Amino acid sequence: MAEPVAGPVAGRPPGAARDRPRFRRIEKAMGTVFSFDIRGPRARDAWGAVEDAVRWLHRVDGLFSTYRPDSQLSRLSRGELSTAECDPLLTEVLLLCDGAEQLSDGWFSAYHSGLLDPTGLVKGWAVERASQLLFDAGVTDSCVNGGGDIQLRGNAAPGRPWRTGISDPLRPGRVLTVVEGEGELAVATSGTAERGCHVIDPDTGRPPRHPLVAVTVLAAGLTAADAWATAAFAGGRAAREWLEGLADVEAFAVEADGSTWRTSGFDRYLAGPRGG
Amino acid sequence: MRKHPIRRLLLTSAATVSGVVLLLALKSPSLLPGPAASDSPPPAAAGAQPAPGGDASAGTAGGGQAGGGDGTGAAAGGDGASQQGGRTLTGDPVRTQYGTVQVRLTLADGRITGAEAVRAPSGNPRSDQLTGTAVPVLGRAAVAAQSADIDTVSGATYTSEGYIASLQSALDRTGG
Repeated sequence: MAEPVAGPVAGRPPGAARDRPRFRRIEKAMGTVFSFDIRGPRARDAWGAVEDAVRWLHRVDGLFSTYRPDSQLSRLSRGELSTAECDPLLTEVLLLCDGAEQLSDGWFSAYHSGLLDPTGLVKGWAVERASQLLFDAGVTDSCVNGGGDIQLRGNAAPGRPWRTGISDPLRPGRVLTVVEGEGELAVATSGTAERGCHVIDPDTGRPPRHPLVAVTVLAAGLTAADAWATAAFAGGRAAREWLEGLADVEAFAVEADGSTWRTSGFDRYLAGPRGG
Repeated sequence: MRKHPIRRLLLTSAATVSGVVLLLALKSPSLLPGPAASDSPPPAAAGAQPAPGGDASAGTAGGGQAGGGDGTGAAAGGDGASQQGGRTLTGDPVRTQYGTVQVRLTLADGRITGAEAVRAPSGNPRSDQLTGTAVPVLGRAAVAAQSADIDTVSGATYTSEGYIASLQSALDRTGG
């Protein structure tokens, strides 16, 4: 699970400006694929910072895996460990889960079917923290994508914000729309596309029954974006009003018949006409 | 509201829940929207924008180059990418839940003109479905996304992640 699928190769992408430094790395962890795309002046010597971020992701994987019976999360869930005996990161994440549950009227919950499962938030939290590690190491322009959930910082190029395509859940491989934002921007999508439903309605312990097939949430940080995407998907159509009430959070949803809706401020993030 | 025993333990041991709630609720002031044009099309209308050439035919190499808009004179459609200076790069085989995915890129003049799966999962209905739809469609998306200048994609998982990982390793080899 931990083997890298591609070595850390600093490459020059086709179609990009030839003199623009760039560093990319792909890493498998947490049962999914993480990609790092570093631009800007520090791209050429970002290898060490990305290596530290990758090591962080594997550490989180070891602590929080619900698939590994020996992870601290699994042992905590079975009652073999107390939170005091666990790494403090466990407490941090579980507190975040409780906060998310309160703020989402229970649509987000790490507790269902008698199990402890913070996966609706932990990947986003891990990616946001990885992005912060890069920033602390001097990397100002980065895109970290963990299985389709993304934390962006800085720009893709001077004056050109990072552009994120939102995939069409009904036509895999197609992109429905493109968003962009300056500074810190997180994009998280929750849905049934390809992977099958991985969200459980906390009240029924079953996949939610409503017409949403995917919901994408924009926020400054991916911890919140991931949690709100999970919550909104569980809430279904009713989550629209709740999303509208969240400050500095925007969302875009696709229903089973292919129709879409978005929160009132979402269009501010639509990428402009193609170019640059 | 049901109370999970672990949660009770946690809540009694930590008095900072409201602080964490605050942490989640407060957003960084640096969240600024991008310079979206005032006449930006709504998402439904924008659907056609990032997928030029994304027709419904099979995703063979060279089929997706359309409207790059930057005048680099990349090879046009058809199979020309495999000749006259075009080259192919094969990505790493990537194991996924459904089987191994391996991607081959065709390039001409430094631009991707085609992407196809040389290995893709098969053998059960689910993997066949994914291979039959997602893999060729992703090939077009890779080409189209380059044209549309997208840096990353939100919402793709599993086989497409394997596909993207193999694609990425092929892309990395296009560099200096």
